[in-house]
Amino acid sequence: MKSGSNLEKVLKAGHFAFTGELGPPRGCDVEEVKEKAQHLKGNVDSVNITDNQTAMVRMSSWAASLILLQEGLEPNFQMVCRDRNRLAMQADILGAYAHGIRNMLCLSGDHQKFGDHPMAKGVFDIDSIQLISMVKNMRDNGTFLSGAELHGIPKMFIGAASNPFADPFEWRVHRLAKKVEAGCDFIQTQCIYNMEKFREFIKQANDMGLTEKTYILAGVTPMKSVGMAKYMKNKVPGMDVPDEIIKRLQGAEKGKVADEGIKFACEQIEEFKEMKGVHGVHMMAIEWEHKVPEIAERAKVLPRPVVD
Amino acid sequence: MIVAKRKPFEEIKEMIKDYKKVLNVGCGTCVAVCLAGGEKEVAVLNAEIDMARKLDNNPIELGAQTVERQCDHEYLEELDDVIGDYDAVISMACGVGIQFLAERFPDKPVYPGVDTCGMSANQAVGWYEERCRSCGKCVLGMTAAICPVTMCAKGLYNGPCGGTNKGSCEIDTEQPCAWFRIYERLERQGRLNNILIYTPPVEWNDQIPRTLIQPGYKKPEKAG
Repeated sequence: MKSGSNLEKVLKAGHFAFTGELGPPRGCDVEEVKEKAQHLKGNVDSVNITDNQTAMVRMSSWAASLILLQEGLEPNFQMVCRDRNRLAMQADILGAYAHGIRNMLCLSGDHQKFGDHPMAKGVFDIDSIQLISMVKNMRDNGTFLSGAELHGIPKMFIGAASNPFADPFEWRVHRLAKKVEAGCDFIQTQCIYNMEKFREFIKQANDMGLTEKTYILAGVTPMKSVGMAKYMKNKVPGMDVPDEIIKRLQGAEKGKVADEGIKFACEQIEEFKEMKGVHGVHMMAIEWEHKVPEIAERAKVLPRPVVD
Repeated sequence: MIVAKRKPFEEIKEMIKDYKKVLNVGCGTCVAVCLAGGEKEVAVLNAEIDMARKLDNNPIELGAQTVERQCDHEYLEELDDVIGDYDAVISMACGVGIQFLAERFPDKPVYPGVDTCGMSANQAVGWYEERCRSCGKCVLGMTAAICPVTMCAKGLYNGPCGGTNKGSCEIDTEQPCAWFRIYERLERQGRLNNILIYTPPVEWNDQIPRTLIQPGYKKPEKAG
């Protein structure tokens, strides 16, 4: 065991993992975190806690992660490169581990221009792949990035993101390979809608042996409405929403669009369960945490495994 | 002006080791003035490469050409008829010039001969001191024409910090404290009121690649 986190245990035991996501509040309301967490409890193996997602200031990821721990859920502490330099990152990794956080997701972070402080100085002291390498080095070699020795080693289960749909498509699998080489233990992908392209991506990853070196969790976000689908298609960079999906949602009965979105998500999950090289699903039910129990039920991923 | 420093020889040699015919392009403006990448430096580098490759039994054919400015299409044009003969190009221009050259010849591998080190003043021959980081929000009017972004090691807007040490910066006794100097000059001019009030956080303008269009001009139909 690298970290002994629940997520690692579930994956190592060969179960099909199911992870969730929780965005911390735009304030210090603990109840808001607890409310969202209760919908996820028992329905997912680990919960990603976003780090100033879309460059909007929120309660810090590690702090909200601690609330999750107190509530009996396992957090996956997200860390972006936009807001901290290498000193702050390493300090937060140590602090997070000291308080019981065992999973980390290493990300570049959306550019600050998209958020509520567009003229902020973006730090990007190191990039996401360098961050993966830094966390791995802390864990496996017991040293800081500087090479100095750590006293007490943070044994994190190291995650990273992968977007199979951004351009150029042929390059994506090689960037995944760089992340694997840098030391990531698991990957959570961008939301998948274009299944055909994803099958091709996973085939490439299988052919390169990457899926034997890292666990791949396929990203799923159920569509709530036609408007959301169109927004994702047209406004979110690197997102690939085929027209068929939009047509399918448009064809749903009145008041049943969200249901159709969940139905599509469940069909995806069924396929992922059988897909070679896919080890689980990362469910990003954005501001839809209360729907996760229903989605998990319909996707037949319950009960979640308990691994000692 | 923009200043640069010649890259270590071994680094340049390694970058071009697989090429047999290389054109070294100097730039006759900033990097020539700061003695890093003008006609003379092109000749010196070529002589070094030539000798090293002969010693390695891996001879190379080198061309040398220095244009007035690599950051200007007008001057790059003169390379159009020359460049085709070469496998690769070394540019001795700053980071702006080399990219502009490479954009003009997208099929040609282009390698940097210098490291660009900022915007500096000529303090003495061969000695350059940085004065501007081109933040895009000049506060020199407030700070007695001493840049806190560049000259303060922490880039503070409300200095000096507690690390100021008898006029020096905490990073090095040889490094003057920018805010100590700002204070001195403003005091001398009777303008200390400038820094008695709090300066709020900066709206950074240099976080995305910038373009500049002067009043009365417009973006060309087809840029680049």
